[in-house]
Amino acid sequence: MNSFDKISVKEIVDEVSDGCLLGIPADYSGVPMQFTKELIKKGIKNLRLYCLPLTTIQGDMLIGSGCVSEIEAAAVTLGEFGLASRFSEAIEQNILLMKDSTCPALHAQLQATEKSVPFMPLRGVIGSDIQKHRKDWCIIPNPMNSSGIKDEPILLLPAVQLDIFVFHAACSDRNGNIQIGRRRELATLAHASKKVFVTVEKIIDEDFFENELSAATCLPALYVDGIAVAKNGAWPCALPGAYKADNNEIKNYSIAAKTKDGFNQYMKLLLSK
Amino acid sequence: MELNIKREELLISQLADLLVNDKHVAVGAASPIPGAAALLAKEEAKIKNKRLRVTILHSNKYNNFTDGARELFDCAAQGRIDTFFLGGVQIDGQANINLVGIGKYPKLNKRFPGSFGSALMYFVVPQIILFREEHSPRTLVNRVDFISAPGVSEDNIYRPGGPKYLLTNRALFKFNKNDKKFLLSRLNHNETIETITNLTEFNFDVDKNISEMIDPDNERIHILRKYIAPMVSEFYPEFAKRIWDV
Repeated sequence: MNSFDKISVKEIVDEVSDGCLLGIPADYSGVPMQFTKELIKKGIKNLRLYCLPLTTIQGDMLIGSGCVSEIEAAAVTLGEFGLASRFSEAIEQNILLMKDSTCPALHAQLQATEKSVPFMPLRGVIGSDIQKHRKDWCIIPNPMNSSGIKDEPILLLPAVQLDIFVFHAACSDRNGNIQIGRRRELATLAHASKKVFVTVEKIIDEDFFENELSAATCLPALYVDGIAVAKNGAWPCALPGAYKADNNEIKNYSIAAKTKDGFNQYMKLLLSK
Repeated sequence: MELNIKREELLISQLADLLVNDKHVAVGAASPIPGAAALLAKEEAKIKNKRLRVTILHSNKYNNFTDGARELFDCAAQGRIDTFFLGGVQIDGQANINLVGIGKYPKLNKRFPGSFGSALMYFVVPQIILFREEHSPRTLVNRVDFISAPGVSEDNIYRPGGPKYLLTNRALFKFNKNDKKFLLSRLNHNETIETITNLTEFNFDVDKNISEMIDPDNERIHILRKYIAPMVSEFYPEFAKRIWDV
């Protein structure tokens, strides 16, 4: 028997159901754009996005295509190319629920699930309007005396488990181990998700566990439910260690997405490719 | 030789001056000018045989982290980062910053990207430099519409860090933690206390030693254009192209 399930991008899309909590990687850690395109084609609805810790074109496209009802993130932005217009407009028109957060809180909530503990404490944040609007967060008096601060309040964040997490990577080995390099937040996302699917540029005939360097920079197949080959699968986003972002294309998108009509035209062309 | 110094280069130079005592400077999202300043300070430290580590979050090369995106926050919380930069669509007189939007949250009139890591970094990094190019009554306000991260905290809150400076394209302010107030300390060329007062909605004090910003000297401009510009183009290609055509 094969040591992992090789499937198609469409089969990954079939695993995503309306209303599920989907993990979204940041622009620097393997954005599964080919998968996202297929997800939009399927006409998925009411997705809840959990971004670690932010999203760029992936989240903006899903929002603009009417696939998202809720998003938890520290930022939604096109970076150097300006605001994520579909996101901003959806908030301004009150048709998208944004659970505003901050990067370390998004990490900590998944780390709690990694350890299977119900919550994780975090410093900072207290006194911000982020904290004031998050009814699912709570503040307690620090029960330990270690900090030396009298009556120190401490913020507790609930453990969050994702329904499904999909990302793109440069390669897997013949046993289904995924090369993630230094992008360890991909491991955090995978550990905290019920199901994990990966699109890769290629599957190589090696065993990453035979070598200390490649073993230390992979996500073990143990956490992965299926792998699909998708050439250039992060385009137009960058794939660390493999290719750079297609900045011209992201710029074209940022200009088109400024209006609903421009976005629709852009997407019609993209989805027909 | 008469150097035609660009506005961005003057700001990079101002920021680099604030990093001379640091051992580790980190730079977050959407920050080409702070990123260039940090790398410039690192090159200049090298000349003086001093070591300054720089972590540019959006660069694979100018980066010290291997443990994923959380390492920046863990490292900062451990006290291993001396300076970090934050911005804001609005900054108020008590150094509260707003990265979220304009209007009454959550029903915003204008939505911006979000708070990023500011709500922790502002508390734990000893020297936070606020950087916002646009200096106007709509950016420097009496009271922000949304507090992404507060400028000051109660005494019982763990807070080894906080705001030290605010740099705009017109002026440099110091932040006085005890008075919870900014102190105008340097003016860009062609600015006066009066022009700054007119363009700033919040009240501020004026440093009795207020001075004009000093232009970078030939050596600094040479390092910036020859060595730093190509580095910046690795992680902020649009910016590097616009300023230095690299």
